[in-house]
Order: sequence, then C-alpha cells, then structure tokens
Amino acid sequence: MLKNLEDKESNVEYWGLPEEVRSVDEMIRLYKEGKITDDEFRRFRLQHGMYGSRLNKDYTMIRIKVPAGILTPRQLERIAKLSEDYSIGSAHVSTRQNIQLHWVYLDDAPMVEAGLVEVGLTTRESCGNTVRNVTCSPFAGVCINEHFDVTPYAKAIARFFLRNPICQNLPRKFKFNFACCDEHSYARIADVGLVPAVKVIDGNVVRGFNVYIGGGLGPASYLAELLEEFTPEDMLLPTCISVIRLFDRLGDREKVHRNRMRYLVHDMGFAKFRELVLKERSIVNLTKSVLVKLDIRESKSYEPYGDDIKFKPFNPPEGFERWYKGNVIKQKQRGYVTVLIPLQAGDITARQLRALSDICREYSLEGHVITTPWQGLVVRYVKEYRLVDMYRALKDIGLANYASSITSVVGCTSTTSCNLAITNAHRLAKEISSRLVGLGLDMDDAFKDTTIKLSGCPNSCGQHMIATIGFFGAAVRVNNTLTPAYNMLLGGKVGKENSLGTIVARVPAKRVIDVILKLIDVYRRERNDGEGFASWIDRVLAGEGNGIKDINALRLIIEEVARLPSADEEPEMYTDYGSENRFIVRTARGECAA
Amino acid sequence: MILARQVLSEPEEVYKRIKDRDRDDDILLIDVRRNEEYAREHIPNAVSLPLAKVIESTDVPTLLKLFAGIGIVIGKDSKSIVVYDDTFGALAARVAWTLEYLGYENVSLLAVTYSKWKELGFEVEYGSESNVSMSKVSNNKNNNNSSLAVTVTNANINKNIIASYDYIKSIIDGSIMNRDSGTTVKLLDVRERLNYLDHHIPTAINIPWKAFSAEDRVLKDKTEILDILRSRRIEPKDEVIVYCGSVGTLSGLSYYGLRSVGYSNVRLYSNSLKEWRSLNLPLEGFKDAHYWDLSAE
Repeated sequence: MLKNLEDKESNVEYWGLPEEVRSVDEMIRLYKEGKITDDEFRRFRLQHGMYGSRLNKDYTMIRIKVPAGILTPRQLERIAKLSEDYSIGSAHVSTRQNIQLHWVYLDDAPMVEAGLVEVGLTTRESCGNTVRNVTCSPFAGVCINEHFDVTPYAKAIARFFLRNPICQNLPRKFKFNFACCDEHSYARIADVGLVPAVKVIDGNVVRGFNVYIGGGLGPASYLAELLEEFTPEDMLLPTCISVIRLFDRLGDREKVHRNRMRYLVHDMGFAKFRELVLKERSIVNLTKSVLVKLDIRESKSYEPYGDDIKFKPFNPPEGFERWYKGNVIKQKQRGYVTVLIPLQAGDITARQLRALSDICREYSLEGHVITTPWQGLVVRYVKEYRLVDMYRALKDIGLANYASSITSVVGCTSTTSCNLAITNAHRLAKEISSRLVGLGLDMDDAFKDTTIKLSGCPNSCGQHMIATIGFFGAAVRVNNTLTPAYNMLLGGKVGKENSLGTIVARVPAKRVIDVILKLIDVYRRERNDGEGFASWIDRVLAGEGNGIKDINALRLIIEEVARLPSADEEPEMYTDYGSENRFIVRTARGECAA
Repeated sequence: MILARQVLSEPEEVYKRIKDRDRDDDILLIDVRRNEEYAREHIPNAVSLPLAKVIESTDVPTLLKLFAGIGIVIGKDSKSIVVYDDTFGALAARVAWTLEYLGYENVSLLAVTYSKWKELGFEVEYGSESNVSMSKVSNNKNNNNSSLAVTVTNANINKNIIASYDYIKSIIDGSIMNRDSGTTVKLLDVRERLNYLDHHIPTAINIPWKAFSAEDRVLKDKTEILDILRSRRIEPKDEVIVYCGSVGTLSGLSYYGLRSVGYSNVRLYSNSLKEWRSLNLPLEGFKDAHYWDLSAE
C-alpha cells in the first residue's frame, strides 16, 4: 500500500506516518468483523480524519489536515488522483483550510490514507476532540501590514500538538488561528487566536503576539478576548500549553452542546479565566522540561524583483482587467503579487487540481498554493509581468473567476454530505455567487468589504456570524407548509472591527437571492457619498440610517420580499435547492464538521 | 475457464518486436482511435480499426468479417495482437475484449496510451500510406490461405466473458449467486461515484474505473489493484460482472484490471446501463443527500 517514500518533494513537510495507515486498515477490519464497538471505532475514526457521511454509514468524508493551508504541486496532483479513484472527482476546501474528500467508501479509506501519507499529508486529528488544523492567514509572509511572517510559528504549533498526548482526548475540539495582521485577522473566532506584534524591550525589537482566547462560532458565538498587552515569542508555547491544560482539566465533558472552551471561558468570566491562564503558565514555565520548545523553521525569503513601475500589460486578453482588479494583491516584496483563485463554495475538480499544480510550478516562486478561510486558494510570489500568461492558463481551466469579496460566497457542505444539515446552503452559495458575478458586482468597489456566508444549520461551519450578510439553515412553516429557510444576519465582520452578525429575519431558501438583491437596491438609494455597503449596514444597525432609519424599518422591507405565494400556486418555492421533492428535515448525529 | 496471462504489453517490448524484421509477422498492432487521428500519425505498422466500427454490430459473422478486413482470421491466426488508443486504454480494452469474445486469445493492451508512447520518445509514423500497404500485405497473406468468408463455426465464441441483461437479472433474483456453479457473483459498477450514488443496478458495488488506472499507464500496478479488491472483499474465486454507463468501454478497462491480477471469472456487460435503462429494469440509488452539488464540474 505504501511506496515511493524515498521520492520526496523538496521542502515538503511530512505530517503523516506510514504506521498510521496500517492502524487505519487494522481498525476498519476489526470494526467490520464486529470486534470493536461503534463508539470505539467512532473515536478512532474521528481522530484519524474520517467523518460520517450524511445518512449513509457505508461512506466517510476524509478530511485532510493542511497546516497553515500549504499544499505543494505534488500534493495537489495526489489529491486529484485520490478524488477520482475513491471520491467524487472533486475536492472541497473548507473554511478551516482543510481539504475534504467526500463520499469515500469506508473500506477504501486505508488506500486514501496511504496515498496521502506518501506525499506528506495527514488526516490525523483533523476531526475529533483534538487540536484541529492550525489555520494561518494566506497572506502571512507577504502581507503589507504584517510585523513578521507567522507561518513558521503556525507550523511549529501544529507540529508540537500533532499526536501530543496532552491533547488527544480534550472535552471538545480545539482551534488555533494565526493572523498576519489585525486587518486580515480571523484570530478572534478561534479558541486561541494569535496576531503578530513587536515591542521594544531594552532597546531590542522583540517579536511577540497578541493572544486572543475563548472565541468561536456556533449556536452561541463569542469573540475571543485579549490575554495581555503583549506576549513575547518565548511565551507563545507556554501560553498555548496552559490554555489546553486548563481546558482539559476544567472543560465540560458531559453537555455535548456546550463543551467548547468558549463556554467555559464565558461561564467563568474572562477575567477569572485569564488569571487561571497566567497562573498555569507560571507553573508550566517552572516545571516544563528544557526539551519542550517550539521547532521554528524560518520560511525562505526572496529578494524583491524588478522596478517599482506600474504594471501595464499591452493589449491584455478579454476579462483580464476585471480579473486583475479583484484577484491580484500586491505583496510586501516588490515586483511580486498574490493571485486569488476563488472556488464555487470551495469545490475544485481533479482536472483543475492537476492544472493548478502545473500553474503553481510555473508561476509561483515559493512553489506552493495556500487554502483560504473563504474556501478558495491563493498562489503567491508571482512576478507581476507574467500575470497575463498566468491568467490565460487559469482561464483555460475555469479557475479565473472574479474574486471580489461579495462574490466569493461561502457555503458549508450542508445537505450535500453532512448529517446535521437542514438546508442545502452549499448549492445556494453557488447560486448567489453566479448571480452576483452576472450582475457585475465584483467590479463595484462599494462591495469590496462585503461578504456573504451560509451554513446549512446553526453550527456555523460556513462562518455566517462574521459575514456582512449571513444565513443559517432552518425549517419553518410558511402557509402551513414545511419550508427550507434561513435565518438572516447582518453586520458580522472579522478583522480589526471584529463583530458578530445580528439576526434580523427569516427568509425562505428560494427568496434568499431576492432579499440580497433588494438590500443592494435599498443601499444604492440610501447610501451616503462614498459609503460602502458594509458601512451602510452598520449605520442602519446603529439606528442611524437615512430614509430607512433602523433595522426595524429594513426588516419590513426584507419581510415583504420574503413572503411566499401559496404552495398550490408555486410549489417549487417550498422546495430546497437541488430538490424537486417536498421538503423534509432529516438529520442524524453530528460529529462536528467544518 | 480463462487462464490468467499478461494483459498488458510494454511499449519497449512492442517496439522491439515491430522493429525486428524476422518477427514482425508475429505481432499486429490495432489502433482504435478515429480514422483521422490514425491518418495523421500512429505507431509504425499499426492498422486502423476505430472502436465505432467494432460496436456498430453485435452480430458475430459481421464482427469476424470486420477483423478479417484488417487481416485477422479468427480461428486460424495466432499472432500477438496489441491494441491501443488515446482514451485511457478504455477503447482499446473494448476492442480487445471483443476479440477475446470471438475466441481470439492472444490479445493484449498496450500498457500506455498513444500520447504517452510519443512522450516516451518512441517512433511514430505519419500519414496513412505505409500502413494501408501494410494491412494490404497482411490481408493478402491471409487471403492466400483462406477466404474472407469466415463462418461462425470457425470462431469459438467465448460466452464466459459476456453478461446479458437477463443473465444479470437472474443473478440479482438469485441473490448474487450463480446457481449453476455455486460461486458468489459480484456486480461491479465502474462509473464515477456520483453517478453510482444516483442510481445503479440493484446489489452492484462501485469501484470507479479510474481506481484501476494509473497516471501514466492504462492500469495500476498489480499490488495496488489487489489492495482495492481485497478491501472490497472481491475474491479471486468470485465471478465478477463489470458494467459502465454506455457501451462497455470503461468497464472494459476494469475487466482487464481484474484480469491483470489473475481474476479469471470476469464478465463484461457490454451493453451496460444504456441497455438496462432502456428496458426499464429496476435501479436503486441513494436519495438522502444533495451530493451532486458538491461537484465542481
């Protein structure tokens, strides 16, 4: 089952272990032979990245853990092949920068694992009550605002906690996130979020972090709070260990729906929890072995390239300028740009993965791609003068879709594969995106800070709480008919002004697009000069709107659009996307998908 | 019972044989790509027989004539036939299977596609001229020995490698046992996973055809194919019936995947789901998830 282990890609980190492939094989065999119980198998399965598929026990979803979102060309090719051989011929990028292979026949899992381990990937601890994928800003290392590149720290934290006995059986999953800067930060929606900072101590510039603790999204969401004014680099590991030890010791192992660390922090009060963390940290510092330290391997740095003159391609191909405006971001390294590759709700075909691996080899100096929290990919260190060629190559394979923030609609996998889902948020996200691109909204700067995110249930894998316009699935009775619907939230955001959205209305699935278009319409009438959509939403939420003064006034407009004709007149309005049949709710036990 | 034997011919070996003037009579390459592709370029000495012609008719005498037309007298000739295409080996597999069905045993697939052959730097021949004459030569040779009017009795039809819809129906009704032989029968759907989830012949299991095909060869290494079969508990002693969505091409490749690892009791449902659906025979599928929407196609 394993071969080519010597054929290693240079610079690739080998997260997986061949012996884990054998144990996956063995455990599946024991389970099939009835020698281990469902519960024993479930725990093992989740710890090794196999998550249950919607209402069908024969299949599994395999979640590949991608620390800091980094994937090499050879890994992309391998994922492509595995998706064709054992999955659905497409792979899915999750909001936590994992790659998921869906509808894998459970018996085939060992072969998939073997294929992943061979190229350095792992599924270990991508599910279950463990430290999940350590996420990291896809701009870390190239961001214009950043103090320093956090990628080596993110990878070091991932390395330290992977397979570490102190976090194999936590009360619940645990999430780290590293930001590049405040503006691009997702740090406050993680259990532990880290934003780089520097401080002058005794005349020396010292690296460190702003450490945020106790955040997370779900049926009840909280933003993480700042631990202390500045946490120097050498305190990073002791701080993280302390938080995990506290959670392990004090976290709730009984109430399944309230056992994420954010509930512990919230119930206790942050001031109290902070005190415990600082106390625990001094114990860790006093007692830990000198051998316990982070293995930080600095990223390769690259010299700036060329002159700082404005890039002006001669006679560019059709669509190039629109693409350039939305998809290309300047790096702090002169002459290099980062190219955004948006995917429809995170889905990418095997063919596209293969083409992308070639494009990455050809155009990216650092030679890897990075997954993003908005279910897309980035290719970095592209020489600006080569963009026209790269655009053509991407366009050929359908990967040059326009990437403005409003059209990069996020949708969790929902009823396409998840047991918890009520509605098909995945398909709806794709429908919204196509519609908005069709209307050219990606070209309108008024929407450059606007995001739309959907989840198929209250569990927030689609991160709807941090969207300008967010939706989460529900089933409601409309005109006495059970109808797929969404709770709509407004005003969520990540970054410096991080805030969670406010629930404002309930909208039938088939009216969601109408409601979004109506909001855009109202905004265009109501906005102040130069005011973007997201700012206008905030102003209305604050009760300071113009004609439409506050959220109550806006709600009336939304409710008007959301109204449905009777089920006899238009029965399709009562069905979900992707279904022709009458809507019914079918869910099963969740195992917590992202 | 068909004996396990080499189902793939390596390009190095094939090239050596077609270049060996003393032995080039012992090997015949069949190019099953479209006529115009063959006319542009092909492997030296190959003859053209596009797949479309082979699946036009299921009538045995017609098929025998068709092969006689490119110089293969079934029941008489014994040279090694190597079939190739540029479509993952699937078209070649369907033609090779047809030859086996007609009773011709010495047939194999080129281990790589035509594109790969070129990429590996092996010689190709341009235009159709030389090969027309080549096939003429070979026709003439055969015509000296026997007439084109081959009768059905000359061919030794191999009924053990084909499955008809009523055979499959009887298998399903008999709860996946071949009642005559007492062996377990596994029905194998080789279409992509989403198609299978959507609908399939009752009791069928799914191994997408690509699971047997390698990135640069038409079939994976034997150990890899065996791993898959083992994980699905498909045993060498089982009878396996393979089918796909249309005319038995992709399932033809899976047929050879199974044969390559010594599974000898394999049948191709050559009319596949296209026929099954047209006859309104029973199908089953999984309806509790919107899995189609996960595809980026």
